[in-house]
Amino acid sequence: MSYILEGSTGPWEIVVGLEVHCQVISKSKLFSGASTKFGNEPNSNVSLVDAAMPGMLPVVNAECVRQAVKTGLGLKAKINKESVFARKNYFYADLPQGYQISQFDKPIVGEGTIILDMPDGSTKSVGIERLHLEQDAGKSMHDQDPKYSHIDLNRSGVALMEIVSMPDIRSPEEAGAYLTKLRAIVRYLGTCDGNMNEGSMRCDANVSVRRPGEGFGTRCEIKNVNSIRFVMQAIEIEAKRQIEVIEGGGEIQQETRLYDQRLGETRSMRSKEMAHDYRYFPDPDLLPLVFDDAFISEIEKELPELPDEKKARFMRENGLSAYDAGVLVAEKEKADYYEVVAKGRDGKLAANWVITNLFGALNKAEVGIADSPVTAENLGKLIDLISDDTISGRIAKDVFEIMIETGGDPEKIVEEKGLKQITDTGAIETAIDEVIAANPDKVEEIRAGKDKMLGWFVGQVMKSTGGKANPGMVNKLLRDKILG
Amino acid sequence: MTDLTKLTLAEARDGLAKGDYTSVELTEAHLKSMDAHRNLNAYITETPEKAMEMAKASDAKRAKGSAGKMEGLPIAVKDLFCTEGVQTTAASHILEGFKPEYESTVTSNLFGNGAVMLGKANLDEFAMGSSNTSSYYGNVINPWKDKSGKDLVPGGSSGGSAAAVAANMALAATGTDTGGSIRQPASYCGIVGLKPTYGRCSRWGIVAFASSLDQAGPMTKTVRDAAIMLGSMAGHDAKDSTSAPIAVPDFEAALTGDIRGMKIGIPKEYRVDGMPEEISKLWDNGVAMLRDAGAEVVDVTLPHTKYALGTYYIVAPAEASSNLARYDGLRYGQRVMDDGDSLDDMYMKSRAAGFGKEVQRRIMIGTYVLSAGYYDAYYNKALKVRRRIYQDFEGAFGQVDAILTPTAPSAAFAIGENEGDPVKMYLNDVFTVPASLAGLPGISVPTGLSAEGLPLGLQLIGKPFDEETVLRVGGVLESAANFTAKPAGQEG
Repeated sequence: MSYILEGSTGPWEIVVGLEVHCQVISKSKLFSGASTKFGNEPNSNVSLVDAAMPGMLPVVNAECVRQAVKTGLGLKAKINKESVFARKNYFYADLPQGYQISQFDKPIVGEGTIILDMPDGSTKSVGIERLHLEQDAGKSMHDQDPKYSHIDLNRSGVALMEIVSMPDIRSPEEAGAYLTKLRAIVRYLGTCDGNMNEGSMRCDANVSVRRPGEGFGTRCEIKNVNSIRFVMQAIEIEAKRQIEVIEGGGEIQQETRLYDQRLGETRSMRSKEMAHDYRYFPDPDLLPLVFDDAFISEIEKELPELPDEKKARFMRENGLSAYDAGVLVAEKEKADYYEVVAKGRDGKLAANWVITNLFGALNKAEVGIADSPVTAENLGKLIDLISDDTISGRIAKDVFEIMIETGGDPEKIVEEKGLKQITDTGAIETAIDEVIAANPDKVEEIRAGKDKMLGWFVGQVMKSTGGKANPGMVNKLLRDKILG
Repeated sequence: MTDLTKLTLAEARDGLAKGDYTSVELTEAHLKSMDAHRNLNAYITETPEKAMEMAKASDAKRAKGSAGKMEGLPIAVKDLFCTEGVQTTAASHILEGFKPEYESTVTSNLFGNGAVMLGKANLDEFAMGSSNTSSYYGNVINPWKDKSGKDLVPGGSSGGSAAAVAANMALAATGTDTGGSIRQPASYCGIVGLKPTYGRCSRWGIVAFASSLDQAGPMTKTVRDAAIMLGSMAGHDAKDSTSAPIAVPDFEAALTGDIRGMKIGIPKEYRVDGMPEEISKLWDNGVAMLRDAGAEVVDVTLPHTKYALGTYYIVAPAEASSNLARYDGLRYGQRVMDDGDSLDDMYMKSRAAGFGKEVQRRIMIGTYVLSAGYYDAYYNKALKVRRRIYQDFEGAFGQVDAILTPTAPSAAFAIGENEGDPVKMYLNDVFTVPASLAGLPGISVPTGLSAEGLPLGLQLIGKPFDEETVLRVGGVLESAANFTAKPAGQEG
């Protein structure tokens, strides 16, 4: 179903392309040996190269290159066997060299694809235009001193992958799904931690509007949005602004805008006329990056199973629905958890417990899967207790509540609390006999054809056994005794 | 006792080995010579204490029985090489007072091999110039005088290095060459200057001018000295991605003096319009010397030569405009800022005050040729022409082992001459720039005197990483020319 914004003059479609900066997971920076560790004292992770001292030269970090190739393979993209680093020239206080080493017309990775998993279980594919490697800038701090800005160069020179999508995105939801999926892929690959709140993944959104079916409109770029939710909000707000401008007889100016999440508006940052002329040219300090097939296939061998493949396998091998499989693979930790629970057990039952009960409880407690009080092993044991009739499904829910609170072992909980299901026919018969003896009138009603009353008897027996009687046996024995 | 400053590097090396004198004595003699010739302004920073310390340490090392290839030999270091704890200015105001916390790879190699540093030699600001008049620290005066006796330029950019060696203020000096900055001043000062193949010496720790062209090399009294010193400077450096991962040969061993059967190319395109008669004659004499030594002289063609200078003055300023962006007054060097100034104000004031005219001119040219809309017409086209120039040489080297040309179109000119016309100044590099663009090794060897009694050099250009042939042929040329003239006061 397509996403349409209704303006005063008719329907509008939005067109979005995203540029995502992913900080590469590596011990040292893209062109220097300085550490990439987050949160160190300002200006403590700075080499002579990062500070652009005279005569210093960049040397490319092979690990960052491997990470970029790995990400490219994960995006099913073309790996360019020859790519070139170029200088992007501009002056700023947090850019010591006076240029950023990036890639321009010859990026390391070319076209690829990301499959979006939409909330309704459908999928959509969005093209990747390119992925290139570049240096991050340092950080300017304007709130440390009334007269001066302070500069922290710890981040200066850290490797980033800029991943540029095609303008294939047509709604805020798709933008959200794109970022969610991209984040999942880089996390699966271990090439970026994907933490938007720490800035290790940042997003610029190119937004334009058009009448359905018409050509592209003029776009505006919204810079540096730092959460998926804000990206979705910013796109909608910017699209509505553009529609208002056009419908008011105005024209959209190509420009860079900022999203103010507090005021819920986008603001002009820099017009096209004010745009920098970056004077890109190949960096003469660096040789072109040249790979052979062996280098690429070696990295290919290291690729883990990615979300799309995992989802397909869960559907194929465990009989899960597309939706359930999609939920489970959205985060690698969730998928790993599920796999431990499902191993040697009924995959669908395991998925139910993981998605409905566990994820429900974790969401309520606002706890991530990594901090789940219930381990996958214990959840598996709980399912085993149900399967081998040690406890009923209903008791299992109580046991699960206790596990969430205490993190305990379900076998011990069942043991300690005496929750074992009563499967001894004699004991159940005794309980049934007592209920029948106390309610002769109701027995008559059933025998007169009021079947529903049987349920009431089951309830009474369960109550008198503290819920521990095997419900199936209770049912069968009651029928035998009253109707048999 | 002989004047120790008049020794060649090889002689001093051998004398030290025999125990004829010590490094301390050699060094003291040179420090004295530096005192005597301070009027030439060849050094920006003299480091006598450091020199004496290094000399003493060297003598002690030798006493223990170990000696490096440059053990105890006092040299000048062009002030473009970063030297740990010693002011490094690139002859610019913007770096005044800058003391690096690191040692460039080349100087580190030299010092590791025992060389003693006398001081930091003057140069054109950021190595941009052919006359050494663009230095913030004043121009260098060529030790040679013409018949009128007026002060002449030493050439540039390594003018201080060339003057220091010519006036016996150093046994040898490091230079750097981007478009001729070793070879042209060597020619103007009557010494030997060798620009190695691009990638032979590490660029790490050398203040960058044009990264794809910059190359360090020796400036010496003889070809043998150049061979000795290059062997100590060169080598692969993992810190410079463009440094070549190849072994350093024994360059001195290449000086066999035998060039029989070698083919020497003479490119007709270098016989430019208006070439002075004496340069033309110098060249012809060189051809005759090599032929007499048994080489075969072959005409070759380098058809894109006429585009070389224009190409160079696009590529080099383009890279420079970016390389010099880091001098922003923020982290080191000069900062000019008034209360309440913005970041942009600080940039503009610091750079306006810190950079001289020629540097500013090249930054503007470079910024222009890289700007949107002009990139393809200038920079991109220049890269294509550069490729053609390289292919010209490739073609020529299919036929010959080395190419012989004049080093410069004239002898040293008077200070102040050519100053009003930057393009005329740029023409000094017309014979040296093509080899720079092609990354090839080139040596300038003094082979004659002009009518005014000034030294003139011939250039030999070799195949990539074939400095050995360049040195061997250069050695033969040197012997045949028997160039013994010295500047007034330095006669042996």
